[in-house]
Amino acid sequence: MKKLLSVLSILIFSFINNLAYAGDDGKIDISKKNNGYVEAKDCFETVNRGIFAFNQVIDKVVFKPLAKGYIIFPQPIRSGTSNALANLSNVVTVPNNVLQGQFKDAGVNSARFIINSTLGIAGIFDVASYYGLKKRDSEDYGQTLGVWGAGTGCYFVLPVLGPTTVRDSIGSVINLIGGDAWYNVTVVNDTQYFSEADYYMSRVLDGIDFRAKNLESFDSLEKSSVDLYASVRSLYLQDRYRKIQNIDETTDTLSDDDWEELDSQ
Amino acid sequence: MKVLKILIFFIICINLNNFTYAKDPSDLINGIVDEAASILSSEDPVESKIIKLNAIAERSVDINGIGLYTLGKYRKIINEEQKSKYQKLFRSYFLKSFSSRLVDYTNPRINVVSQKKINDKYTIVNSILEATSKRPQVKIDWRIYTKNPERPLIRDLIVEGLSLARTQKEEFNSIIQNNDGDINALFKTLEEFLIK
Repeated sequence: MKKLLSVLSILIFSFINNLAYAGDDGKIDISKKNNGYVEAKDCFETVNRGIFAFNQVIDKVVFKPLAKGYIIFPQPIRSGTSNALANLSNVVTVPNNVLQGQFKDAGVNSARFIINSTLGIAGIFDVASYYGLKKRDSEDYGQTLGVWGAGTGCYFVLPVLGPTTVRDSIGSVINLIGGDAWYNVTVVNDTQYFSEADYYMSRVLDGIDFRAKNLESFDSLEKSSVDLYASVRSLYLQDRYRKIQNIDETTDTLSDDDWEELDSQ
Repeated sequence: MKVLKILIFFIICINLNNFTYAKDPSDLINGIVDEAASILSSEDPVESKIIKLNAIAERSVDINGIGLYTLGKYRKIINEEQKSKYQKLFRSYFLKSFSSRLVDYTNPRINVVSQKKINDKYTIVNSILEATSKRPQVKIDWRIYTKNPERPLIRDLIVEGLSLARTQKEEFNSIIQNNDGDINALFKTLEEFLIK
């Protein structure tokens, strides 16, 4: 617990300052504003690249083969797994809907969770969509902090877990200190119905499901990229920005003025 | 009088030549998608497919514009010689990268669903890449440069909200920044990619 508090205080310190001095190689300074789009500072790039390379090995040896095995299963099994995992994520999405003032979404997601957990047999079948309650975007505590105006903090890469920022890491810590009901009933309380293994199994399955859905796109990215680390960083940060802003449709290239300057016709 | 008639005839001919229709951005995408799908589903050898796909890209993508965009702030500080070298390298890089990404797909089915004019220079065309047994459906938006309405050009692909041009720009900028702002490092990286 003491260790967790230390980690938390370091994260918060780094988050508040939006700067990290130790290990900053000073090469990357991408924390500039582009009409609202704020890019994160890659404070520990050298270390991050090392961890990224390690994760690539883990991916090749463990996750990619598992994902390839997973897609052999018939489509209904994969859809059912995906639905059940998405249903479980509602226990984090709903409180975040409320915290972000999305009360209608909170109502719809709660109803979806109740209907799919019961009639949909633990979320395997998306019965709620049949009743007109369409699936909404998932939300997490990192997104809520972003909506509240917190800066991203440094970008960094975690072993196995992958890219994150200080803000998103704090969001993940909130899950572990009571913000995730699924974690609470499995790991913290260890009820007679669920065990710790159920939580970790769901997390691993979530990772494999995500990897399986992106087998083609990851391969394509690897094949055409000249700096895969930088590409993944860019994609992660763009994705988080879009989710925090709840952007559903493309109206601009993330408010990038560069396009306006270029006249080639 | 004869001279006047010839002059009028000449002016009419010039005007007829210049009179072309503005092309609808959605039609541009529909045309490209159909053409690419027929190439990819054909029995042609891979090399032939690549040549045909590259021809589509040369015709309908603003490769020079994307190249300059992806240079970011370095666009303003490199000299003309470096710019010219970069544009040649980028063109080759883009075409190789573009065709190698596409050639693995056997029959991608993309449906244009809507379009939205942002301003006189840009229209976003929204489309859906249909799901297969291996992956879910993917939302693809096309940023079309329409300054010349008769010849709209693709400037960006936004896949599930993620801009490929922006990703490319940050990738190139990372390479230059990690080499103390030396553009030659990017040239070297691109040359290495091309001979792979």
